[in-house]
Amino acid sequence: MNGWIGAAVPRKEDRRMLLGRGRFTGDLTRPGLLHAAFARSPHAHARVGRIDGTAASQAPGVAGLFTAASLGHPCLLAMLERDEFVPTGMPILAGDRVRFVGEPVAVVIADDAYRAEDAAELVEVEWDPLPAVASIETAGAAGAPRLHEEARGNRLVDLLMFDDDRLPQIFAEAKATVSATFRSARVAALPLEGRACLAEWDDRDDQLVMYVSTQVPHQVRSGVAQALNMPERSIRVIAPDVGGGFGLKCVVGREEVAVAAAALRLRRPVRWAEDRQENLTAAFHGHEQRYQVKAAFDAEGRILGLDAEIDCDTGAYSVFPFTCAVEPLMAATELPGVYKVPAYRARGRAVATNKAPAAPYRGVSRPQIVLVMERLMEKAGAALGLDPLQVRRANLIGRDDFPYTGINKITYDEGSYLESLDLAEKRVAEQAWPAERDRLRRRGQHAGIGYACFSERTAYGTPAMSQRRMRMTPGYDTALVRMDPTGEVIVTTGTCGHGQGHETTFAQIVADRLGVHPDQVRLRQGDTDLASYGWGTWGSRSVVIGGGAAGRAADMVAGQLKKIAASQLEASPADIELAGGTARVRGDDTAAIGIPELARLAHFQAHRLAEDLRYGLEARATFDPPGTFSNSCHAVMVVIDPGTCAIRLHRYLVVEDCGVVINPMVVDGQVRGGVTQGAAAALLERVCFDAAGQPVSATLMDYLAPTAAEMCAVDIVHLQTPSRFSETGAKGMGEGGTIGAPAAVLNAINDALSGTDVCFDHIPVLPHEVSAALNGAP
Amino acid sequence: MKDMHAISVTVNGRAHELVVEARRTLADMLRHDLGYTGTHLGCEHGICGACTVIVDGQPVRACLVFGVQADGAEVRTVEGLADGERLSDLQQAFSDHHALQCGFCTPGFLMLTEAYLAENAALAESPAELTEAEARELVAANLCRCTGYQGIVEAVLATARARQKPAGP
Repeated sequence: MNGWIGAAVPRKEDRRMLLGRGRFTGDLTRPGLLHAAFARSPHAHARVGRIDGTAASQAPGVAGLFTAASLGHPCLLAMLERDEFVPTGMPILAGDRVRFVGEPVAVVIADDAYRAEDAAELVEVEWDPLPAVASIETAGAAGAPRLHEEARGNRLVDLLMFDDDRLPQIFAEAKATVSATFRSARVAALPLEGRACLAEWDDRDDQLVMYVSTQVPHQVRSGVAQALNMPERSIRVIAPDVGGGFGLKCVVGREEVAVAAAALRLRRPVRWAEDRQENLTAAFHGHEQRYQVKAAFDAEGRILGLDAEIDCDTGAYSVFPFTCAVEPLMAATELPGVYKVPAYRARGRAVATNKAPAAPYRGVSRPQIVLVMERLMEKAGAALGLDPLQVRRANLIGRDDFPYTGINKITYDEGSYLESLDLAEKRVAEQAWPAERDRLRRRGQHAGIGYACFSERTAYGTPAMSQRRMRMTPGYDTALVRMDPTGEVIVTTGTCGHGQGHETTFAQIVADRLGVHPDQVRLRQGDTDLASYGWGTWGSRSVVIGGGAAGRAADMVAGQLKKIAASQLEASPADIELAGGTARVRGDDTAAIGIPELARLAHFQAHRLAEDLRYGLEARATFDPPGTFSNSCHAVMVVIDPGTCAIRLHRYLVVEDCGVVINPMVVDGQVRGGVTQGAAAALLERVCFDAAGQPVSATLMDYLAPTAAEMCAVDIVHLQTPSRFSETGAKGMGEGGTIGAPAAVLNAINDALSGTDVCFDHIPVLPHEVSAALNGAP
Repeated sequence: MKDMHAISVTVNGRAHELVVEARRTLADMLRHDLGYTGTHLGCEHGICGACTVIVDGQPVRACLVFGVQADGAEVRTVEGLADGERLSDLQQAFSDHHALQCGFCTPGFLMLTEAYLAENAALAESPAELTEAEARELVAANLCRCTGYQGIVEAVLATARARQKPAGP
């Protein structure tokens, strides 16, 4: 090891972005480029009659117009191999029925983006509106309209995941039982760059080339191939710079397939860049969930049993490739979290509504399950007269328990669950938060402190993902490491960074193993023709899985370098070490050869090497771990203005443990960005619909994303408990901030209101709700 | 028929003459007619600030201005910040303080801050040192979805303080 892992290496990505030379999909152009615009449904639910594209087709600059019928009714079909699953093919363009406002029915292609939008407005559609369902409650009501005829009660998935028959007795005999309903609002991932793609036919390679703002280039390729019935090799998907994703771009958009189909038919390059209204209404949402939970506790606060009914509002269709089961399965499987739950029952449902489909948004159900468990710990403390932090300690998986296999059949690798809570509480005391809270209270402010303890399951390999029984089961990833004749290194990966700094962190991992500088390592990603089939970047998987594969492949190249060096230095390969750009015989300062010289030999003087050392310096390796658990404890102080009821973040502390830290600067950036999204989900963000399913938060004036003014500084403390399941000892950590913040903020709000009889079990908590609760509803 | 106008505009010191449709936004004109694709579009309704450029010294949402309105104006975009290949102090501070992740919103934050700092520098009396609260208020004009803003605030403070120091010997 050469000490690059663990160093705050400056990011390779920064320079081009700061110079304005990033290359995003919407920046790309081509001679004869055409532009796509979609005609979309104004109704939440309607039958589609005649679609008249005459006027649109004759509008200035229009080169083509396509509908479901003219494209042959292609669709994206995401499948779960379970009887309890109702498949819902998502048509690329809606045929005879639309199921949410914004669903596309036609795509217009024109020589100019403005003219394409003009023409899309001229598409005439005969609509026959149908009654809509816009909530979990109405979707399940007797006589509710069905979105999909096969789905009774609009249930697309209904799974009893665990069912312990001891539970009735446990509840009957428990010292305390806590029952509550918890809710979280529908939110939008809101990457600053919306979705975008450019598709063009390449006659030379006999291939459709697509540039897509995506987290999952290979799954876009698979989706387009399946929807348009093409072999995968005839499609190349390239993700150029991607302006954020947060899960929105880890599924395949129907618009991407429509643009591909148009480019194929017109044999002209076609580009589409989503506008913000499309993004907020017609892309994907997430996190709209309801938990009806009952938990039994003994007198010391130990949890005895847990029973949860979980409903996820999944919108109109299953997303490709994850399906609508991603939220309920995650929730029902992982609800116990960091606590030792001896008896468990969980039923998870995906409920179809007339809204945009739900995709995996950062955290996927973990923000909600952590909120549920952390509220239960607080409520149990109140019911039993115990300190809620002591209730947590009575239940947390301890140091001696690892590896711990829970009631949910999940095995947790080593973590610091108790230690992180202890450290957070100690810091909070040292920084005199409680005294400050009391001082603020004496001044008439509502001030409160909240905690959240949690783990974040990351790097789901196929051993974990196969439990879900997806027809396309993700998990592994493959890296190719090549050294060129000058000793520089090229790494290709199937993961696809979009802001996480992978060009830097992967280089650190590989540089350590090859004894070179990270500047000599270039990562190539986001290109299906360049990389082996891979699963992109989501689920905090990339540095563990992609980086693990790169580390393994680099080890193989290092082994090759050592053998060549040994042959030149007349030593044993086992005695060769690679460091500082040089291969040395351990303990002999005079016996050394430069790595560039070894690279030159291997490529240009192969005949001088023994046969098994010849022909290039490259290796391919795959990594497919069972998954790792990073963990954190969040503490936050909020202050609620007694007049306006505005809720302000006052202090924020994160104690986090993601095992071996590859780059502390990057880790801190992920934590702070995640906390901001999670805190905003607790305080601001809410995708709203009226009862008829009309979206009423279609602009950034209605959908409130946090600015710098709503955030406070986030103090971060690192613990490092390496994972035994990971190649580098690192654990994934891209989502933890978003997972822990809602629970911590909600607990702080309730602590701030502890002198009143007000208690909130939902997010976001909005000022008018606080005002109504404190002053009596008008 | 398209309503076309001939205009001249200076971008990063370079004069351009072009014919532009009346309804074309300054952002689209810069990006697609003149090739300054460093200016990004995040919302096209004036909230996110990703498209912020400097027009005659003022920070402007390029999505809320038509290209024809820039006739005769001096425009600065992110491509004009560096000295050749050398990052400006503000750009370097953004990297040093990890003030960017995906980089999409970054040009807007840079141009917003550059306009503010330049305006401050032009004041007759030297302004009081920028506080953290003021820096937060300044950058609250724009949206970033990745960083949580702490690095951006730190980069703005560091640059403001460095520029305020009297010139060295």
